[in-house]
Amino acid sequence: MLYDVIIIGAGVTGSAVARELSRYKLNVCVLDKEEDVCCGTSKANSAIVHAGFDAAVGSLMARFNVRGNEMMGDLAKDLDIPFKRNGAMVVCIHESEKDGLKDLYDRGIANGVKELKILNREECLELEPNLSDKVVAALYAPTSGIICPFMLNIAMAENANVNGVDFFFNTKVEKLESYTCEKCGEPVWKLRTNNGEYKTRYVINAAGVYADYFHNMVSEKKIHITPRRGDYCLLDKTVGNHVSHTIFPQPTKLGKGVLVSPTIHGNLIVGPTAVDIENKEGNNTTAAGIADLIAKAGDHVRNLPIRQVITSFAGLRAHEDHHEFILGEVEDAPHFIDCAGIESPGLTSSPAIGEYIGQMMKEKLNAEEKEDWVGTRKGILNPADLSIEERNELIKKNPAYGRIICRCESVTEGEIIDAIHRPLGARSLDGVKRRTRAGMGRCQAGFCSPRTMEIINRELGLPLTEITKSGGDSKLVIERTKGVEA
Amino acid sequence: MTSYDIVIVGGGPAGLAAAVAAKKAGTDSILIIERDKELGGILNQCIHNGFGLHTFKEELTGPEYAYRFIEQVYDLGIEYKLDTMVMDISEDKVVTAMNRTDGMFQIKAGAVILAMGCRERPRGALNIPGYRPAGIYSAGTAQRLVNMEGYMPGREVVILGSGDIGLIMARRMTFEGAIVKVVAELMPFSGGLKRNIVQCLDDYGIPLKLSHTVVDIEGKERVSAVTIAEVGPDMKPIPGTEERYTCDTLLLSTGLIPENELSRNAGVSINPVTNGPVVNEILETSIPGVFACGNVLHVHDLVDYVSEEATRAGENAAKYVQNGCKDEEAGKIIQLKAVEGARYTVPCTINPERMDDLLTVRFRVGAVFKDSFVSVYFDDERVMHKKKRIMAPGEMEQVILQKKKIAEKPDLKTITIKIEAE
Amino acid sequence: MEKRNLTCIGCPMGCQITVEFEGEEVFSVKGNTCAIGDKYARQEVTHPERTVTSTVVVVGGAKERTSVKTSANIPKDKIFQCMDEINKVRAHAPLKIGDVVVKDVCGTGVDVVVTKNCDIA
Repeated sequence: MLYDVIIIGAGVTGSAVARELSRYKLNVCVLDKEEDVCCGTSKANSAIVHAGFDAAVGSLMARFNVRGNEMMGDLAKDLDIPFKRNGAMVVCIHESEKDGLKDLYDRGIANGVKELKILNREECLELEPNLSDKVVAALYAPTSGIICPFMLNIAMAENANVNGVDFFFNTKVEKLESYTCEKCGEPVWKLRTNNGEYKTRYVINAAGVYADYFHNMVSEKKIHITPRRGDYCLLDKTVGNHVSHTIFPQPTKLGKGVLVSPTIHGNLIVGPTAVDIENKEGNNTTAAGIADLIAKAGDHVRNLPIRQVITSFAGLRAHEDHHEFILGEVEDAPHFIDCAGIESPGLTSSPAIGEYIGQMMKEKLNAEEKEDWVGTRKGILNPADLSIEERNELIKKNPAYGRIICRCESVTEGEIIDAIHRPLGARSLDGVKRRTRAGMGRCQAGFCSPRTMEIINRELGLPLTEITKSGGDSKLVIERTKGVEA
Repeated sequence: MTSYDIVIVGGGPAGLAAAVAAKKAGTDSILIIERDKELGGILNQCIHNGFGLHTFKEELTGPEYAYRFIEQVYDLGIEYKLDTMVMDISEDKVVTAMNRTDGMFQIKAGAVILAMGCRERPRGALNIPGYRPAGIYSAGTAQRLVNMEGYMPGREVVILGSGDIGLIMARRMTFEGAIVKVVAELMPFSGGLKRNIVQCLDDYGIPLKLSHTVVDIEGKERVSAVTIAEVGPDMKPIPGTEERYTCDTLLLSTGLIPENELSRNAGVSINPVTNGPVVNEILETSIPGVFACGNVLHVHDLVDYVSEEATRAGENAAKYVQNGCKDEEAGKIIQLKAVEGARYTVPCTINPERMDDLLTVRFRVGAVFKDSFVSVYFDDERVMHKKKRIMAPGEMEQVILQKKKIAEKPDLKTITIKIEAE
Repeated sequence: MEKRNLTCIGCPMGCQITVEFEGEEVFSVKGNTCAIGDKYARQEVTHPERTVTSTVVVVGGAKERTSVKTSANIPKDKIFQCMDEINKVRAHAPLKIGDVVVKDVCGTGVDVVVTKNCDIA
């Protein structure tokens, strides 16, 4: 089959583009080498919807950050995902930093960021009592927000899928070749994968840290993406309100710095560090990284309750040498569209990138809009959002909502079953985790994982020995005891 | 709303013993709420020996010990709900719970006994660096998989933590055909019972490396190797001492944390040293009529002491209910303090008029003490000075206070427990 | 004459015991605080024994495994043989505490018995 568009990468960028393309009468599919959406940078980041004052004036980063931030409120409503504009503060702890603060403010204004304000020390401490004693001033950006990156990614992908986009997982693109179609004289791309060959009129390269790998396969004008690792610590919900805004230090050339922020789910997140590495799979945390982030975070926030850590993780930013998004058709590779170098503010920008590429493809393909496109979706029903009466009605109809599986996050069996059976449903422990939060709590799946495995086994018919943490070789149990067959 | 005189949260060893004691003390309206599909709690997966020497003068396995109490629950006709999760306990003792058949429901309790047990400290709380592959389990989760579901978590194992669960799992995995390569322990002493070092490690030639910790985990999808290193007196890894072990499984036995989410939400005061409720001599928390016992109160090492403690909690809850859901007159309160070697006491306060003739005060030490003394002071006067050949953090200690001795000192304000060298 | 230091496993106290012995003859046992320790130390240097606890496969039960133990100590050098025997068992539900699943395991005269009830599925 000849696709109109194939997207490489099912992270936030690829999924946002897929969703926009699903508006049109086009054959679109997404290929990802992992077993699920949201397995790369999209699952390991600060989860901040940035205001847009940090990006260079006139850059694509600035343009798409601000547009993405603008779009996020409505998008979150349409996709039924949690989102909150909790506001951000870039905090100065030295008088000498105040100039930098003014620069950021000016940049923000030039980028079109609304409601920016510079606060003095008293105003800072009134807004955020747990700021460091040394605070002298801060840039306050009320439009900055927090979101769940997993739910954003999954919701966009799911919505794309429901509207006709196919997703092929465990599919690793190995080679890309372009040839000219005999009939129409247009370029056609042939993608060789471990799961066979795909043909498409257009390729969209949304491959995260691997975007340079694919770009450089097809173009003489090389790009270079360095995985820039960031370590994070996630703190217990009991300290989730230690600060209510997202607290930033002054940015440096390595990035926005180690932030402290509440998360949309009520935890406190601390991080990231910024270390350039070579290994595109190098998302392991390091002792030095964790020590570094703990030291830095304590600079701007007082009494950081770091002992309440429940987990640490690392993500890889796709940092391109020019520190700028690369969006558009590659000059010497017709019909190959880059969405490369999507490092921060990538998450925030993703809906805007989707909108931009979607419009671009509509024109290039002269695509017709679908009459029956549904841009809204209902997320996984959380019974805790219902009244007791409604909840009991639900349990009567579906008793699975009456059994708690993850006690730390109060996730019911009904929600896990929903996560497994809905479009692009979960097939692994992490897949369930990212859709329902089961396993994200303070015991880190110690209690619920055997129970979740049982549910996956029952609902998908997968023997427990086949169930993985996150696809591939990440099997959870090796064999049955006593030589019994699995 | 239904009501029960006593609602017990948790049907493990603490909840069972408390229920039996409360019933025998004359309170009939008792409900045990248990989230698993059977009574017995953690004992169901503790298939090894070592339980019951004090209580039954026999050595029993966990399930056998549990059944001694479960049988009494059946015989005494005590009500229980299984597969039911308590979602909330309010300050005025309304218990909200949920299950598949009853949905979400509330129970007005005359008294509540907290017996929720504890959970394991996960890798994340330790910030162990490295990848996050499959194959990392807390020892208890692995124990459940092996003993109840019948699955092997892996074949080549490294264990971090020489607490009893880690030691027991070293043997268990070996019995089921795995190779346990090493047990690493952060402290310079083991956290588990000495007998378990012998019959779980020595018996099988499994090396124990004290003052070691895990510094790296390799394997992106499944554990492929674990590196341990020696730590200095500051508990930080010493560069150059790294040892790498290929393996496919890392088991963590790195501490138990009382599960007090429900207690905290109810407004119960929590002792920051134990992470369990602050209780008085009748094991009552800061909320009148809410009692606590077992691992939710403080982590025990012998289930016999859990049963003993829970029995007292059950009797006291019954007394409270029979007194019209009111405490007996409190009067003066004596503070208990743990200092200089002793980390905490249970209980934290004593009412000298209300206490039993003999009151067991349990405590733990913070380090290993050899040939030292457990000293008890009534204000500034030392009244007890007992020599103990060895005391370790992994083994709970106790002193017994006599009511009449305390009554002899009507102005007594503080009872202090400390460890002295002489 | 041999002198060995060992930790008693008779109860959770773990007394440190020193035994002087030669072959099967024990000359002295020092450091125990009760008779269990004395008995254990003598046994341990001459004929060490252990209780084995494990699980067996259950057929037709509400659960797939139930726990078992040897009804008494068996010679330490027979532990893995005993495990092999236990692993072969396919016990049919219902099972009650005390039910014998392996009689006279490895010729030790000791049975392997159920320690946890298991109802029919």
